[in-house]
Amino acid sequence: MALFSSLFQRWRGTAATGDPRLLPEAQLSGPMPWVIAIMIALTVVAAASGLALRNAAQTASADLEGGVTVQIVTAAPSERLKQAAAVAAVLAKAPEVADVRQVAQEELNTLVEPWLGTRPGDDVEALPIPALIDVRLRGPATPDRLAHLRALTVPVASSARVDAQAGWLAPVFAAIGTLQWLAGGLIALLALATIAAVLLASRNALGNHRETIEIVHMLGGTDRQIARVFQRSMAFDAAAGGLVGLLAGVVTIVALSRQFARLGSGMVAGAVLHWQDWIVIAAIPLAGVALAVLTARMTVLAALRRML
Amino acid sequence: MDGEKCSPALFSTSIAPYSRPERRAGPARAPQPTGIATPDMSQPDAEIVQFDNVGLRYGTDKEILADVSFTLYPGCFYFLTGASGAGKTSLLKLLYLAQRPSRGLIRLFGTDAITLPRERLPGFRRRIGVVFQDFRLVPHLSAFDNVALPLRVAGVSEKDIARPVGEMLDWVGLGDRQHARPATLSGGEQQRVAIARAVIARPDMLVADEPTGNVDPDMALKLLRLFESLNRLGTTVVVATHDVHLIRKVPESLIMRLDKGRLSDPTGALRYPPRRATMSGADAPPAT
Repeated sequence: MALFSSLFQRWRGTAATGDPRLLPEAQLSGPMPWVIAIMIALTVVAAASGLALRNAAQTASADLEGGVTVQIVTAAPSERLKQAAAVAAVLAKAPEVADVRQVAQEELNTLVEPWLGTRPGDDVEALPIPALIDVRLRGPATPDRLAHLRALTVPVASSARVDAQAGWLAPVFAAIGTLQWLAGGLIALLALATIAAVLLASRNALGNHRETIEIVHMLGGTDRQIARVFQRSMAFDAAAGGLVGLLAGVVTIVALSRQFARLGSGMVAGAVLHWQDWIVIAAIPLAGVALAVLTARMTVLAALRRML
Repeated sequence: MDGEKCSPALFSTSIAPYSRPERRAGPARAPQPTGIATPDMSQPDAEIVQFDNVGLRYGTDKEILADVSFTLYPGCFYFLTGASGAGKTSLLKLLYLAQRPSRGLIRLFGTDAITLPRERLPGFRRRIGVVFQDFRLVPHLSAFDNVALPLRVAGVSEKDIARPVGEMLDWVGLGDRQHARPATLSGGEQQRVAIARAVIARPDMLVADEPTGNVDPDMALKLLRLFESLNRLGTTVVVATHDVHLIRKVPESLIMRLDKGRLSDPTGALRYPPRRATMSGADAPPAT
């Protein structure tokens, strides 16, 4: 941070029309870059989380969008298999169906193994596990399409249950949506906290330099000239803090993504950041600088307007 | 104040207006950046300041200044005198637009200063040089940067600042203390930096509040001669002091006396406009 500060100070000294010399040592306050760094780092993490959740939801939604599961819940195994075959045959001919796959019994046994056990003597096949038919539609599984599929299956399998796969994950999607709102709310709160910090720092700096400001006023200095000095100072602080915050945030994102990648869950696998998302994340420090500069300007001008 | 003096003459609106002496030397006026409203000086011969029944009170206290009326003319040398607490500093604050009056009318450079929008104040302030009683130098800036401040405020480029500021500091005898901070300067040196800062942009009016209060008699006389030199260049000078000896050093000066916030007029300065004054360049500031 000291290096950035040194470089900025050097640049500041040669900036346009000597404005920086109107107010000496106009750097708003020592901790300000660090406060902004923390805010930006948290914002980056929150934004990355929100974007990753959105991507995960979109990926899962795309996977399940045209997915329909047909369950044959008849208790008798032979009747169940017969009805399942008939339903699969009927659905395969439906125009909206792209693919029909009857889930093999071994696959079903594997699915229920964690709950029903695999000890020697366990007769899993003796349990009335429904037959499952995985159906892929051409397009989303709308209520009309589901109704049509039900109409096709009921004549050949009265016990058939037709459900959209997306419907099962609706609570998950709702939770993801809530988390996205939470991330958005968190970002908004961080922005407000940044505004509050800048506002306090600006007022504090104004108080510290009040005498000099009065002198500059008496010498014919304008509010805009004075505000420009504070703006520039805040821009440097925010840029330095934003850069550090961005680096810290990116390191955190990378570390978190590696942790989540080890879970190997299908849903988590979709929670990746695309290049567009990285552009958004890279823009966060810039937005932070703009917010800080605007806040400093408005605060300073509002305070100066109260002076003669 | 060599040559013809700012001496009283019968006041009449038919009298030819006072001719503002031409500037013979000194740095070019600092340019006004865009967006700064400049005072209306299309009538350069008009009175520079006009107070009419001006009163000033802070809060609900009694008036510090009451029924103050006077007119200042370009190129004259005025002393504002009175006992401590008479209201000299308050009157000067009204003059250099650091304070608005509670009542009355103030015209500055031909413009109503009471209703002057706040955003137009800088343009007027740049025409007034102020030497504060407590110097009010910027502590973090060197003597050079303090003197350069009015030029920088006015947007003068750095290449056009170095020479006039250096010469101005030489002129006040601080050429070798350019890089010194105010804290390392003596009272007299600080005073001279403050004066150099006040005059560097060649103001139309110089207002000095007890400028010799913190210096020895020799330095006081030297500063007074410096003000006279400026006055000869056409700057209207208003010096607030309670030092009678100092006033006597400038016999041609016009005196305004404040007594408990009310103005009296021992030399007729307020009743009569001055006659034409001319300059002598004997002690003129450097041609920068």
